[in-house]
Amino acid sequence: MTPDTQQTDTEKQDSMSTSCLASRQDAPTGPQPERRVAGGLFDSRQLVTALPDAVRKLDPRVMIKSPVMFVVLVGSVLTTVFSCTDPGDWFGWTVSAWLWLTVIFANLAEAVAEGRGKAQADTLRKAKTDTVARRLAQDREERVPGTELKIGDLVVCEAGDVIPGDGDVVEGVASVDESAITGESAPVIRESGGDRSAVTGGTKVLSDRIVVRITTRPGETFLDRMIGLVEGAARQKTPNEIALNMLLASLTIVFLLAVATLPPFADYAGSRLGMVVLVALLVCLIPTTIGALLSAIGIAGMDSLVQRNVLAMSGRAVEAAGDVSTLLLDKTGTITLGNRQATEFLAVRDATEAELADAAQLSSLADETPEGRSVVVLAKEKYGLRERHHGELAGAEWIGFTAQTRMSGVDVDGRRIRKGATASVVAWVEEQGGTVAEDVAGIAGRLSAAGGTPLLVAVQDGAGARVLGVIHLKDVVKDGMRERFEQLRRMGIKTVMITGDNPLTAEAIAEEAGVDGFLAEATPEDKMALIKREQAGGKLVAMTGDGTNDAPALAQADVGVAMNTGTSAAKEAGNMVDLDSDPTKLIEIVEIGKQLLITRGALTTFSIANDVAKYFAIIPALFAAVYPGLDKLNIMRLSSPDSAILSAVIFNALIIVALVPLALKGVRYRPVSADRLLRRNLGIYGLGGLVAPFIGIKLIDLLLSLIPGIG
Amino acid sequence: MSSVLADVLVVIALVGALVLVHRPFGDYMAAVYQSPKHLRVERWIYRAVGANPDAGMRWPAYLRGVLAFSAVGVLFLYGMQRVQDKLPLSLGFRPIPADQAFDTAASFVSNTNWQSYSGETAMGHVTQTMGLAVQNFVSAAVGIAVAVTLIRGFARSRTGDLGNFWVDLVRGTVRILIPVSVVAAVILIACGAIQNFGDIHTVTTLTGDKQAISPGAVASQEAIKDLGTNGGGFFNANSAHPFENPDGFSNLLEIFLLLVIPLSLPRTFGKMVGNVRQGYAIVGAMAAIWFLAVIAVTWIEYAHPGTAAQLAGGAMEGKETRFGEGNSALFAVSTTMTSTGAVDAAHDSFSGLSGGVLLLGMMLGEIAPGGVGSGLYGMLIMAIVAVFIAGLMVGRTPEYLGKKIGGREIKLAACFILVTPALVLVGTALAMALGKGRSSMTNIGAHGFSEVLYAYTSASGNNGSAFAGFAADTVYHNTMLGLCMLLGRFLPMVFVLALAGSLARQAPIPVTAGTLRTEKPLFTGLLVGAILIITGLTFFPALALGPLAEGLA
Repeated sequence: MTPDTQQTDTEKQDSMSTSCLASRQDAPTGPQPERRVAGGLFDSRQLVTALPDAVRKLDPRVMIKSPVMFVVLVGSVLTTVFSCTDPGDWFGWTVSAWLWLTVIFANLAEAVAEGRGKAQADTLRKAKTDTVARRLAQDREERVPGTELKIGDLVVCEAGDVIPGDGDVVEGVASVDESAITGESAPVIRESGGDRSAVTGGTKVLSDRIVVRITTRPGETFLDRMIGLVEGAARQKTPNEIALNMLLASLTIVFLLAVATLPPFADYAGSRLGMVVLVALLVCLIPTTIGALLSAIGIAGMDSLVQRNVLAMSGRAVEAAGDVSTLLLDKTGTITLGNRQATEFLAVRDATEAELADAAQLSSLADETPEGRSVVVLAKEKYGLRERHHGELAGAEWIGFTAQTRMSGVDVDGRRIRKGATASVVAWVEEQGGTVAEDVAGIAGRLSAAGGTPLLVAVQDGAGARVLGVIHLKDVVKDGMRERFEQLRRMGIKTVMITGDNPLTAEAIAEEAGVDGFLAEATPEDKMALIKREQAGGKLVAMTGDGTNDAPALAQADVGVAMNTGTSAAKEAGNMVDLDSDPTKLIEIVEIGKQLLITRGALTTFSIANDVAKYFAIIPALFAAVYPGLDKLNIMRLSSPDSAILSAVIFNALIIVALVPLALKGVRYRPVSADRLLRRNLGIYGLGGLVAPFIGIKLIDLLLSLIPGIG
Repeated sequence: MSSVLADVLVVIALVGALVLVHRPFGDYMAAVYQSPKHLRVERWIYRAVGANPDAGMRWPAYLRGVLAFSAVGVLFLYGMQRVQDKLPLSLGFRPIPADQAFDTAASFVSNTNWQSYSGETAMGHVTQTMGLAVQNFVSAAVGIAVAVTLIRGFARSRTGDLGNFWVDLVRGTVRILIPVSVVAAVILIACGAIQNFGDIHTVTTLTGDKQAISPGAVASQEAIKDLGTNGGGFFNANSAHPFENPDGFSNLLEIFLLLVIPLSLPRTFGKMVGNVRQGYAIVGAMAAIWFLAVIAVTWIEYAHPGTAAQLAGGAMEGKETRFGEGNSALFAVSTTMTSTGAVDAAHDSFSGLSGGVLLLGMMLGEIAPGGVGSGLYGMLIMAIVAVFIAGLMVGRTPEYLGKKIGGREIKLAACFILVTPALVLVGTALAMALGKGRSSMTNIGAHGFSEVLYAYTSASGNNGSAFAGFAADTVYHNTMLGLCMLLGRFLPMVFVLALAGSLARQAPIPVTAGTLRTEKPLFTGLLVGAILIITGLTFFPALALGPLAEGLA
């Protein structure tokens, strides 16, 4: 999905910022562009293919990482052993079987999440064929395996070569096919010096010759790290996950105590509780739902970033994204379209607007810059002037735009028309012996003051040389940005626009885009100071950057998204890399971070709320025989004690499978205030978690009661 | 006036008085713990114990102060009981046996006031006033001090300084507990409670029997017994005894005293963290649970089936006729939910389900509103857990009052929450498995089990009330209950103080629209739900085999 299609998808939504999270669920009906990464939708077939992995994960050394599921595993072993001592006890065997299934379902969730990453890793691995590097040693070339390169080695790559490792171009310029990494088939230019010098190992040179200085050891390259990340091999528990695990572990201990102390109480009441029943009760009470899905949620969170072509170097960064309260956004490309565009023609007193538009169009036909083209477009849209082609005007002499003259124009029919920067055009007019109308300075000054850029249009004909008027060039704020910033504000996120423009221009654009603040004439030091100031106030800051001079700020920011087109210094410093190099994605990254946390919280709430119903199923089943009054707690009217316990165990196992898609897709995030989010999620997952098991257990019990011998 | 209407008016009067008082009183307490000035008498005390009142303490130092002071208290109280025959005004009572002396010392120092003795037949004047009554003051002051320290953890930033234990202890005693107790004692005397150091009167009753009437400084002890949520009665009958609690008005006053500090401390909390609405959210959760329990118990007692109950207008067994069902229910709920443990009716005689509600009140961790200080810190710990879960649901790393709830904070909160269930369940299970529970029961069936469960719940939760049927004075129960009381009091304090230290070190996070608003009613509701589900569910199986089995039969 390219950024453009995202834009249209989201515009279909009532609000912009529901973004991909929403469009992923709602949009896949239409044809989608070919993508490197498979769609984010959950396919039930994935469950089947992940089954072998799920069984392999039963290894206790793996299971111990999730304390809750480890307890279930131990319980499964115990009940199985006890069933062996009484082979005729169908109840024991059935409970054992469902306990094993509970564990396998949990592993399945993780395996499915990982499986999606594995597919991506395989694609990436194909790019990582063992390459032969042409290393330069004392101006001689030698061929060595790519795995033997050291940092600082110089290698030569020519058309057709695969670049053997990450590095910076130190000589030459080449077009490079980076589709193996970015999935984008259009080649990109890589050249020595400047911010386009970084090349990635595994990408292919399409033309020309470059010399690359290797900056990464083999095995630690960007591609290697990317493979590790999408496979989940490099996955470490995030701070928040650790905290949640702690809470789940303590709940498990509490319920372990509640169950382990039950036999002496029951003994006194005259009821002997078997091991199978106790384990069943324990497994139903401990938070298995969230315990089973916790790691799948984490993997899926990283995965949904990968789906959007963003690589997070750590899960910690994804989590931090959810906490961000200040976004630093570069003006160009993020807030504005990136190129200034002509928005109006302002004629001087002695000329008409039509005259000016005509001259502006003619003089811009030879100007291939985006600004020049925007003049032609404006002339057509606003004044109905059809675009004229070079061949149409016989004898015309076209003068293209150059950085030296800073003018473009045409000489035709004895008229010489020029358009360009104020100073250049004024100089030209005066050179031709003409005069500049008095009001030109006034108009140009007014535009500058409002943050625009004036371009002058002048003509020399029989009447002499004179200025016809001014073209208003202006930074155009992207559609929908104002609404988007409004939403961010509601989410509690402050946006700060970073620009090299002067304060006047910056203020005008900031005003128009509706950002909360701006940093004009920003130097890297200013950016750094701003980040530190925000952080000192306890805020988390996110930013994007691509240049080497952005690197310190990227490293300082809590979430630093480096553009893939950027330098390797920038990519090293950031904790995320956007392969599409689309700075607007920062907003989506924040939403994914939030979605990840919300999904965890929602499923934890659901898991805990589930316990109420399970008690109402199991306690009367266990004790109504000795204390008949307790049958009043059997409000679901379950058919028999065995069936009640079994129904609770089965519900407990099946709910894991039922929630796998939600864990992988994430709970839908809406950019509304915390209050509304909480009310909504509490309603769905809190109350839902209370009610759902009552219904589920009752239904399972109804089905079970149809089996002879149980009901 | 019907008795139901009278009961409603009593509740209205009580709630009205608490609403009126809690603001100025909470503000006063905040001022007490924040004031830079020392009173002259306080300076004398600091000089006497060799403390520097202006030195801040980090949490380990604060904890050492709490533990050392309490350990000295236990030893002193134990020694005093063991040699009470040598003390003046002993009324001829013999030394208390070792196991019971330990149990009683642990009980009073831990603010539990579980009593396996009868005051009027065991304790002399000096032991009562210089030993037990002193602990009534200082154990309460320790509880408030620890709560204040946790508040400072939220209120302060980038510091290890949590205040000074000796200052908090002395100020709590001198500026809060003593003045209010004096006023309350005078009112109680006016109501008819006794206050003397006389000898035992022997009177001849109408039927010609001899009866020994015990004297004592009852009114003064009664005031702090309630105000400090201690609950250890001068007499065995506790607040059911007319010398402790003469009439309906004194009964209302005592309930007011039980609730006034625990329900005012959230205001102190709000004041100290700079947002009183945060305090209202906390007090809202406390009051909601308390109120639900009052309604439940009162209703169950009135609706008790059976001919005798119908004739009496409700279940009157074990209740004083001068209080009736409503006042007894109100007192019972207030005393179990404040970790006081004073009783004006026999909890043993409440109907099965009412007993279950009283048990549940203690099992929730004594947080609605809980004991002085301990109620607030217990509730704040639950708030941290609720914030953690809810905070995730709004898509941010959870934060409470500008402090991040990360791994360390959750670990400490989780440890805190584990203590009471572990002590209650393991204690009860051991007693049952070893046959010690059954041998001390005076009832059979589910009610017998409830007695054992109640005893260990009361001790571990530092409540101190009892299902009177339970024969607690055995070496086994004196020892085990004593351990439960000490661990149930001081282990949580370790975690609370460590948590305070961890919070105070953090830099504050500014509030944005994305922040979970913990001062809103929605959060209060969530908090109540989290408490009922997380803590309540832990005890569901045990409750099912005791009060539920009895009440649903």
